[in-house]
Amino acid sequence: MAKKRITRRQFVAGAMASTAVLGMPYVSSAQSAGKLSVGLWDHWVPGANDASKKVIDAWAAKNKVEVTVDYIPSQGNKNLLTIAAEAQAKAGHDIMAMPTWWPHAQSDLLEPVNDIMAEMIKKLGNVNGTSEYLGKLGDKWLAVPATIGSQLKGPCSRIDLMKQHAGIDIQALYPAGAPPKADSWNFDTFLKAAEACHKGGKPFGIGLGETSDSVDTAGAFMQSFGAALVDAKGNVTVKSDAVRQWLEYSVKLAKFFPADAPAWDDASNNKWLVAGNGALIMNPPSAWAVAKRDAPQIAEQCWTHGFPAGAKGRFAPFLPYFWSIWSFGKNKSAAKQLLVALSEPDAIASFVAASGGYDIPNFDKMTTLPTWANEGPPKGTLYHYPNPHNHQQLSITAAPAPPKIAQQIYVQATPTKMITRHLQGEPMEKTLAWAESEVEGFLR
Amino acid sequence: MADATATVVTPAKRAKPAPRSRLRKFFEKKSTIAFFMALPLILLIFTLVIYPAFYAIYLTTLNKRMTATAWMKNCTYLPDWICTNIPFGNLQFLLTRETFWMVFWQSCLFAISAVIFKALIGFVVSHFVHNVPTKGQRKWRGMLLVPWVIPAAMSTLAWQWLFDPSYSAFNWILAQFDVERVSWTGVAHWARFSVILVNVWIGAPFFMIMYLAALKSVPDQLYEAAEIDGANWWQRIWYVTLPMMRNIIAITALFSTIVTFANFDIVRILTAGGPLDKTHLFATWSFRLGIEGGDIPLGATVSLFMVPILAVAAAFILRDVTRRGNEA
Repeated sequence: MAKKRITRRQFVAGAMASTAVLGMPYVSSAQSAGKLSVGLWDHWVPGANDASKKVIDAWAAKNKVEVTVDYIPSQGNKNLLTIAAEAQAKAGHDIMAMPTWWPHAQSDLLEPVNDIMAEMIKKLGNVNGTSEYLGKLGDKWLAVPATIGSQLKGPCSRIDLMKQHAGIDIQALYPAGAPPKADSWNFDTFLKAAEACHKGGKPFGIGLGETSDSVDTAGAFMQSFGAALVDAKGNVTVKSDAVRQWLEYSVKLAKFFPADAPAWDDASNNKWLVAGNGALIMNPPSAWAVAKRDAPQIAEQCWTHGFPAGAKGRFAPFLPYFWSIWSFGKNKSAAKQLLVALSEPDAIASFVAASGGYDIPNFDKMTTLPTWANEGPPKGTLYHYPNPHNHQQLSITAAPAPPKIAQQIYVQATPTKMITRHLQGEPMEKTLAWAESEVEGFLR
Repeated sequence: MADATATVVTPAKRAKPAPRSRLRKFFEKKSTIAFFMALPLILLIFTLVIYPAFYAIYLTTLNKRMTATAWMKNCTYLPDWICTNIPFGNLQFLLTRETFWMVFWQSCLFAISAVIFKALIGFVVSHFVHNVPTKGQRKWRGMLLVPWVIPAAMSTLAWQWLFDPSYSAFNWILAQFDVERVSWTGVAHWARFSVILVNVWIGAPFFMIMYLAALKSVPDQLYEAAEIDGANWWQRIWYVTLPMMRNIIAITALFSTIVTFANFDIVRILTAGGPLDKTHLFATWSFRLGIEGGDIPLGATVSLFMVPILAVAAAFILRDVTRRGNEA
């Protein structure tokens, strides 16, 4: 057996090659496994996080990626603090769940997701207008609209109290399993019903505070009047007839709200419904879910349905969540593949089921899942929650202003402050002048 | 005698000590040891106080998107070439906002009124406790410190229930006496009253314990002398107690003013700044603008606005304390 001798040169070359291979930087991709760090919103429905964990674990096992998931709560704005901190540090998770305005606020630091969005839209249908407004900058998709956390804040009425005090059969207007027959459900009807329920000692539980439930409701009414404080081009339009009409109507309506409505936060309306104090609130089905647990006799009388129509249409407040990939993320290709997995129809259906119907997919073809039809009591109470018949236009307060300006209007609660100021006796023109000055500040 | 002489070692014969290295001498210095012992604290302060403070100053000089410097513009009081080279555009913007001046006024109102009430209550209660027989005094001191010991966020949550817009326990009591319910956090003046009340409730025990310590250090002979001179109760307070407590009162007031002025948790939990921004303080408004509104430079500018105000207050009070210290 002939022995092959290795020369000194061959040995040195071989050693150098081995060193180079061993020392090569690790290039991550789903195929080559690697690590992925995910920051998701901590769902307040018990057990809902398990559904996302299950999907992620299955994907991780299949692709041999080591995934770490952190569920970050929105209580105390911990998620906003985390987003701000990671943006400053340019380090943190690869995928980060961001509510409403945050993809635009962090647009410079996000990886575009056009490639996977095209795939998703093809499979799941078009994205609703609000999610597109908040998730897209020009032609660039900043983030993937997430099912988990996306919600619609329509009316949740008490069937019995609406019949008793306002003479309205809300189930007839919004029958379970069928398209709405709600042409008569407009602003005039709504105002009369609010007055009647107020007289009957069961006022509508709508807040005028500075938190999102109050601001969302005020904004939907504003859009139904065709009013906006800033238009899509960034022009201030506070002193317009549409804004005046909206303000006048809102103050008429607010006179029938609870006297302490300006102090309400996002928990106040839930408590109002669960305590049996009022005939209607504007909320996702979380209040109904609490009632189901704590006051079943009240839950049995709750019906979630569409917004009343105004002169310019029927608008309902929609608050989407997004899954975004930081541009400084270390495993972007794996991150994109995980987002595709989280947006598979089966995954979406499991999220909706785990949240008891609270989460709403942002895609057209996914708003008729059986969860909403089957949830109860009463059965079908959530059927109209995800807007299955496109009966109303989903919207967010301060749209269509450019999102970075709209975010300020929203966060500073300018619409509810305008209503409260005018309600407390400030002349309309003074309120408008104040709002104009505020909004001009937001344009900087 | 001969033995004794033999044991004497003359200086010439004594072994020369080895020359100590300069490094060793340096490490043996008291000041060096003190520095190294304090180093962990210095590093902690640098990391958690000095670095963030300078970073906040840097943030205030950036524009909303944090991509460029926020230069000032259109100053009427400065030549253009100076104005446009000062990076305080955020501050210039803030000074033109109505809400900013409202928050400024509210912060002063909140801090001053809360400190005055805390000091008054602390003074009165410390006298009561001082007069309780020594045997039972510890129990009273312990009980009175409870509001200060409970984490503020937790006790404020309890207060939130008492002031709840719809289910206020106070309103329930008022209703028992046929008194109209009060919208504690829904009307500006009641909301301001509520946040100040909670702050006083939490902070008064601190004043009480400080004043109690000061009272205990006043020599009894002074009171005896005053009594012999015919001083009444009020004169003993005015001419003995207060002068002896002056420095403690000043330092406690300064410390409390700083903490109260920069308060965040009470307002954030109780009213979140509402209604109509009428209870916002610098800290809560800064959070609203910077974190919730995504305008971190503007939020940092609001929070830094507190620094010069508090620095001026601190300088005045400490100068007075030093002067009185020198007099003593």
